[in-house]
Amino acid sequence: MATHLTPLWEVFIRSRNGLNHKHVGSLHAADGDLALQSARDVYTRREEGNSIWVVRSEQILASDPDKAAETFEPAADKVYRHPSFYDIPDDVGHM
Amino acid sequence: MYSQGLIGSGSENEESEAFLARFQARIDAEEKIEPNDAMPLAYRKTLIRQIGQHAHSEIVGMLPEGNWITRAPTLRRKMALLAKVQDEGGHGLYLYSAAETLGVSREEMTEELLSGRAKYSSIFNYPTPTWADIGMIGWLVDGAAIMNQVPLCRCSFGPYARAMVRVCREESFHQRQGYEIVMTLAEGTDEQKEMAQDSLNRWWWPALMMFGPHDADSSNSDQSMLWKIKRFTNDELRQKFVDATVPQAEKIGLKIPDPDLKWNPEKNDGAGGYDFGALDWDEFWRVVKGGGPMNRDRIAARKAAWENGRWVREAALAHAAKREERAATAKVAAE
Ligand SMILES: [Fe+2]
Ligand SMILES: [Fe+2]
Repeated sequence: MATHLTPLWEVFIRSRNGLNHKHVGSLHAADGDLALQSARDVYTRREEGNSIWVVRSEQILASDPDKAAETFEPAADKVYRHPSFYDIPDDVGHM
Repeated sequence: MYSQGLIGSGSENEESEAFLARFQARIDAEEKIEPNDAMPLAYRKTLIRQIGQHAHSEIVGMLPEGNWITRAPTLRRKMALLAKVQDEGGHGLYLYSAAETLGVSREEMTEELLSGRAKYSSIFNYPTPTWADIGMIGWLVDGAAIMNQVPLCRCSFGPYARAMVRVCREESFHQRQGYEIVMTLAEGTDEQKEMAQDSLNRWWWPALMMFGPHDADSSNSDQSMLWKIKRFTNDELRQKFVDATVPQAEKIGLKIPDPDLKWNPEKNDGAGGYDFGALDWDEFWRVVKGGGPMNRDRIAARKAAWENGRWVREAALAHAAKREERAATAKVAAE
């Protein structure tokens, strides 16, 4: 029988309510249930979280780092998106 | 997730002078390199080798201690040892997953370990015949690992650095539980104290060898420092370890088995440090190359684990496939 590779999953953990799930690493598991169980054993042995997401790694689409300059650069010349762009007299107070 | 199809297909496989200079400039600016970023092939290969070896060391490192789980002298010790060995398994998994972001598969790494092509830390090829050895591993081996791993938290490769942060957070318990075991023996009966001393005599030199060859004989060291994979040289880390550990031994009345060990106030730029005796590099290379007392056992144990687990892996995959198929049929039926 040909060896099938056990799929790779990315693991996200929320450390406590009120915070986002955050990527912590990956692991191999045959299916979602096993992935969740492994994620618990591998990534939360010391109360690192109260919620786990697992996602098949192949399902994640990533932006191309070679195109990072053109993808993110336009944001730099839109200074009018920042509060400091606007002149308001100091005596108006905090705004 | 990062690397599928990336190896060899990158647009920057042309390693021009300008490309290498740009990469080095990012490193010099303390930018982290992430898996999808363009990187020199040699940087990628160095990391795959180093992270792979590191992962293998964690996994093989479970064996000498696992040997004592069923024979731990008290329930407290048994719980601690179980938790520690489980942590080491976790460390191996964090590291394998960091290496996989560089485009090597778990199966390839496992194959390299089992076939003997990949190396792991020479320290785990020594036997653990007494309970004192379990204390000694925690104190010295985890202690040396901490010296090595703390600077790796600042490694230039993001996934490795992040894995190291997790690992380092867990290591200090390992060293403390080990030192507590040794301390308890050292305060015990004459036989217990003797057992602790005998164990220190056996583990001291192999622990110093964990830092690897002298800087002058370490072929990859300069480039790794330049790439900020390493932050300190082997000899620097070894010296730090000796300076930190000697007082810990004195505190519990054990003697470091080195007649040349001597305080030298000039060392470490006048801060003082210990001079110590010469290491037996013939032994080091013999053990690294497979001639240590336990090399064969360690690999045999890993092979057995891999073979005995085969049916579980296959059954889990078959079960997953069947469930997926059923879910698909049910969906069609419902439409
Ligand atoms: Fe570890
Ligand atoms: Fe450890």
